[in-house]
This record gives sequence, structure tokens and C-alpha cells, in this order.
Amino acid sequence: MFERIREKLEILADAAKYDVSCSSSGSNRKNENKGLGDAEGTGICHTYTEDGRCVSLLKILLTNHCIYDCAFCVSRRSNDIKRAAFTVDEVVELTMNFYRRNYIEGLFLSSGIFKNADYTMERLVRIVKKLRTEQRFNGYIHLKTIPGASEELLKEAGLYADRMSINLEMPTETGLKLLAPEKSHDDVKKPLDYIQQTITQFSSEKALIKAVPKFVPAGQSTQMVIGATPESDKEIMHMANTFYKDFSLKRVYYSGYIPISNDSRLPVIGSQPPLIRENRLYQTDWLMRFYGFDVKEILNDAHPNLDVDIDPKLSWALRHLEQFPIDVNTADYKMIMRVPGIGVASALKIVQARKFGRLHQDQLKKIGISFNKAKHFIRYADSPLQLRDYESGHIKALILSESSSKYTRIPKNQLSIF
Amino acid sequence: MEIFVFDGTLEGLLTAVFECYQKKAKDVKIVSEVHHVPDVFKEAFHVISDDVKANRVWKGLAKKLDSNWMKSIYKAFLSEQPATFQDLFEFIRYIIDNQPGAEANFGNRYVLEISQMSHKVHREKHRMEAFIRFQKTADEIFYAHIEPDFNVLPLLIDHFKNRYADQKWIIYDLKRKYGLFYDLEKVEEIAFDFTAEMSPALNALPGNVLDPKEELYALLWKDYFRSVNIPARKNMKLHIRHVPKRYWKYLSEKQG
Ligand code: SF4
Repeated sequence: MFERIREKLEILADAAKYDVSCSSSGSNRKNENKGLGDAEGTGICHTYTEDGRCVSLLKILLTNHCIYDCAFCVSRRSNDIKRAAFTVDEVVELTMNFYRRNYIEGLFLSSGIFKNADYTMERLVRIVKKLRTEQRFNGYIHLKTIPGASEELLKEAGLYADRMSINLEMPTETGLKLLAPEKSHDDVKKPLDYIQQTITQFSSEKALIKAVPKFVPAGQSTQMVIGATPESDKEIMHMANTFYKDFSLKRVYYSGYIPISNDSRLPVIGSQPPLIRENRLYQTDWLMRFYGFDVKEILNDAHPNLDVDIDPKLSWALRHLEQFPIDVNTADYKMIMRVPGIGVASALKIVQARKFGRLHQDQLKKIGISFNKAKHFIRYADSPLQLRDYESGHIKALILSESSSKYTRIPKNQLSIF
Repeated sequence: MEIFVFDGTLEGLLTAVFECYQKKAKDVKIVSEVHHVPDVFKEAFHVISDDVKANRVWKGLAKKLDSNWMKSIYKAFLSEQPATFQDLFEFIRYIIDNQPGAEANFGNRYVLEISQMSHKVHREKHRMEAFIRFQKTADEIFYAHIEPDFNVLPLLIDHFKNRYADQKWIIYDLKRKYGLFYDLEKVEEIAFDFTAEMSPALNALPGNVLDPKEELYALLWKDYFRSVNIPARKNMKLHIRHVPKRYWKYLSEKQG
């Protein structure tokens, strides 16, 4: 009795794990019906996998049966693996019982394409509808949009889901066509666009009539697989930028390709996933979203790829030494954020604290900036007299030698963001 | 330097601030009763907690500080650290003695200490919200016990009450020997004796008091945790930074 459900969970969680998104934040669903759960505010990571990824949602496929044969996917039809499918009630029970024990923030439900798009989407919708209406579940629900599903189904799904997503998979159309000839970026853009328009429509109605229901309150996201096809970082991030702009996406995820196939079009099994590169892409994504950088400042024809040995902010600063040093006691907040070693929160503390007097080295350290990195780019109340201008190669060497643990040993896995 | 001994409550600490102004004391060392070691050569002043006095200080602060800062004071207080009591005392005096807005001066030692300590306490609150694992008992109560570094239970009430509105639950602090019980309507403080079978080390109740399905879900969760790992990405250093080892005992997926 236990064994069947255990086996299903094992197969269908394993197949779902390559979708890296695990965010459970950004919704505004409160527990107003004295039901179970609350998805307001920022999400919680209830545990972390041994590779340091956040686990906040029960992330499963409804089924790993699939009529498609995308070369990069474990569930592809030609792959000889065990197949399984949950029933609607099994998913509902698992979600409720995990949630009640404080294991998870909610459900991330995706699926292989079973029979056809509508047939699959209809099952997904049935599950989320049951959770919301019969079980009064107010936890977070991230639902995959199945490409090609009818607009009616998407609209119904959006009434129950907090977030919906649909993956670009390969960063360029050429890359996608190479590995999944049956698919195209247009299959992704159409539903993204439809859902985005419906979100806008609901929120403008909401401004007039209070009783308008929620529709995908945490917005949409997408994912690109990195390193399976030969795109440059510039192509990847410019594509991400376009999608952020065109579809008001909340997040773009970058997933370093984990070799799972002997297909000659793909990196061989056993090769290291490009984890440092993945991390550099996330850092760039942050610079675009929170640090006021335009993607073209970081990646352009002269610099089509990110450095491996240093983060993209440091790399940008070294290319623009003419803009430094800046005086933290007078410089604009926006410029302080651009200093390597100073994050958004520290920049804010600096502009608040300096109203009470010029800031010195020890105060800057206490505020929490990475002083050893930042010192090459800033002036402060007691900064030493600078005798000569350093050139960028020299500063880079100094920073690399001072922060030996972080950069010189080639880290095998992800670094933290900055 | 004068020594003020207070009873360890927030009210006592605020009363001490009041007395300090009353007595026009300059340098004060503030100690809670449990940490106080009497010194024959130096007499200590024993602060008697007083609602009215404490309230005057609290209201005075609330005029100058926004609600986030008021919460920070409370959170820093819940750290129960002797050094933080002193920092709080100095911080409150600093706010009272200065023009509104002084709390933004992160160049000031006490502003920084209080902001950082409240941050630490907040982080532990957040960790508890993440790492608490309920077990369902045969009488339909979802139960968990914890041993937090700081006294975070009071900070957990709203979160768990909002989230688990339709189930009874208990969260018990083994270190401080009290707990919270939600009975589907309100949260109450409770205290009870522990039997030997309740394992503080493993955050677990003995099998005979559990719901028959509890074992299944604990097992499924463990399975789930195992299957979401991607061995090619393994990075234990990062893992431990996110889940410090001292919290592993709460996590059923980490047992056995
Ligand atoms: S359609 Fe989706 S599940 Fe099916 S093979 Fe392609 S990526 Fe995998």
C-alpha cells in the first residue's frame, strides 16, 4: 500500500527536479476562510537540498508520460525509463498532508504531455481547483502552463494558481530547434502573452470592482537551460531582458544543463554542469533587476561572455575605472550600489548614516560592506592618500590575492550572489 | 559606574531606563537578576518593575521610532543576551537624548548593535518557521518541539496562527519550558512535564501517540528530499550554510 505511492513520488519528483524555480513568494493570498495555509509575503525555504537549493514547494509531475521527444529532457518519449502518473486525489492528499506538517509552502505542479495539451491541462486544473475550493487550501501553487492548451483552460487555471510558468528551454530559437524540432519559442510566447493580458485585465477591473477574484497574483516566470547549446552569455541575457520587458515576467531562471543523455547533440554524461556560469548569469540578472544596470552595460559585442574568475559587477567596474573612485560621503545612492563589494542594503545604510557625519573606514566595515574589495573604488573620511592610479589588471590581481578562498580555488559549485 | 539589577523582563529594563533619568545616573551597568553576582564592595540598585514607568519610556520611544524599530527593540530583547541588555539600555538613552531620526545613524555603536541583534533574532524566528516539523498525534494535534538559541516563541504566534487556522497545534520550547497551544480559536501559553520517551534530540514523539498515517507522511517526505537531490550539483558547504548543523535535529528528512 505504502510502496506504490512511494514509488510514484520517487519517479515523479525525480523527473520534476530539473525545473529549478522554487520561489514561493510574491503572492498576496491570505487565509481569509479559516482554511489551511497562507501564501502572503515572502516564501520560506523549508529545507535545502545537498547542493544548496531551496526546497519550498512539493515539486512533482502529474505524469512523466510524454508524447514529445525533447532531447534535453529525461521524460522524452524515446527515453527508456519507468513511467508513472498520480491520480488527482493523490496529489491533493500529498499536498495537504505535507503542508499541514510544515514541510512545504505549497505545490509546484508540472506534467509531461499526456495524449494532448488540453487533456493534460484539464487534469492540472482539476487538481488546483479541488485544492482551492474543496480543501480551502491557501498555500502557494505554481502551475505549469502546457503549451497549446486552450485559453479557457488557462484562464481557469489562473484563477487558482499563484504563479504560472512556461519554459523557454533553450535561449535561442536555433538552439531549441536543434534539440526539440517539434517546439518553438512562439509556443511559449503565445500563452505567456495571453496570461499577461488577462492579469492586466483583472487588475484593472479590480480597481473598479473589489470583488474581482485573484488571477495569477505572483505573476509568471520562465526557465532557460544553459550550456546544452552554444549560446553566448550575451544572447542569453539579452533574451532574458526581452522576456522581462515583453511579458512582465517576475523571474527568469537559468538552469545549468545536467547531462542525462547520450545524444550526440548534447554534452556527454558525466561532464560537469556549468555551475559557475549559471551563478554569473544569476548575478547579472540581479544587477539588471536590483542594481539599476542595463543589460548592455554588462554584456555587449565587446564583452559577449561573463568572466569566470570575477563577478560581473567587479568586471564592469574594472572596465570603467574612469568612474572611480567615488566618495561614499557625497556620491549618489545609485553610484554607491555600483561599487564592487557594496550591496543594496549597505548602500542604503551608508546614505542614511552619512547624514550624521562623514563615514570612516571602521564604520563602513561595521555596516557590512566587503571592504577589501570596495576600498579600491571608494574614498571615505580617513582614506589614505592615493599616490598613484592603479590600472585595472593590478586591482584585479590585488582583489584576487586578498580573497583567496573565494576566487582562486576554482569552486566546483555555485557561489553565493556577490 | 552604578549597577542596576532588573528582573529580566522588558518592563524591568524600561523601568531601569526611567530610574536612570530619575537618579540622574550617568554610567550604568545593567544586569538581569539571573546574571547578577553580588559584590560586597559595590552596592547594586534593584530596579522594581513598574507598569507606569515602563509605559512612559515605551510611549516616549514610540513617538520617535517607527513600528519597525519598536519591533527591533523587542526582538533584540528576546535574545536574552547580557550584552544586549546593556546595548538596549544605551540605545534607548541615545534615542531619548537626541533629536528624532537618530536611529538612522548606523555610525553609532548601539544603533548598529541593536539593529544587528534584532536581525539575528529575526533570522532565528524565520528559521523556526522554516524548520519546525509537526507530527500529527492520534488526538489530531500537530506537535513540534524546539530548542531555539533565543526566546522566539512569542514571535511565532501570528505566523502559525494564520497559516494553520484549521488544525490544532502545539509548539514547545524545551529550553525555556513553555509552549504555545492553538485550539482552533486562540493561542495560549502552556507548560507541561516531559516524559522520557519524548526525544528532545530528535524532535519526535513516540510512535504510540501518533496518528496511524504519520509514519507514511514522514517517510514520503524523506523520500521526497532524497529524490530532489541532483548529485552532479552536490555542494555540502553551501548546504550547511543554509541549514546549520545545530538545526538538523528538527528536520525529519535528516534523520536516519
Ligand atoms: S514536452 Fe516537456 S516533458 Fe515532454 S519531452 Fe518535452 S520537455 Fe520533456
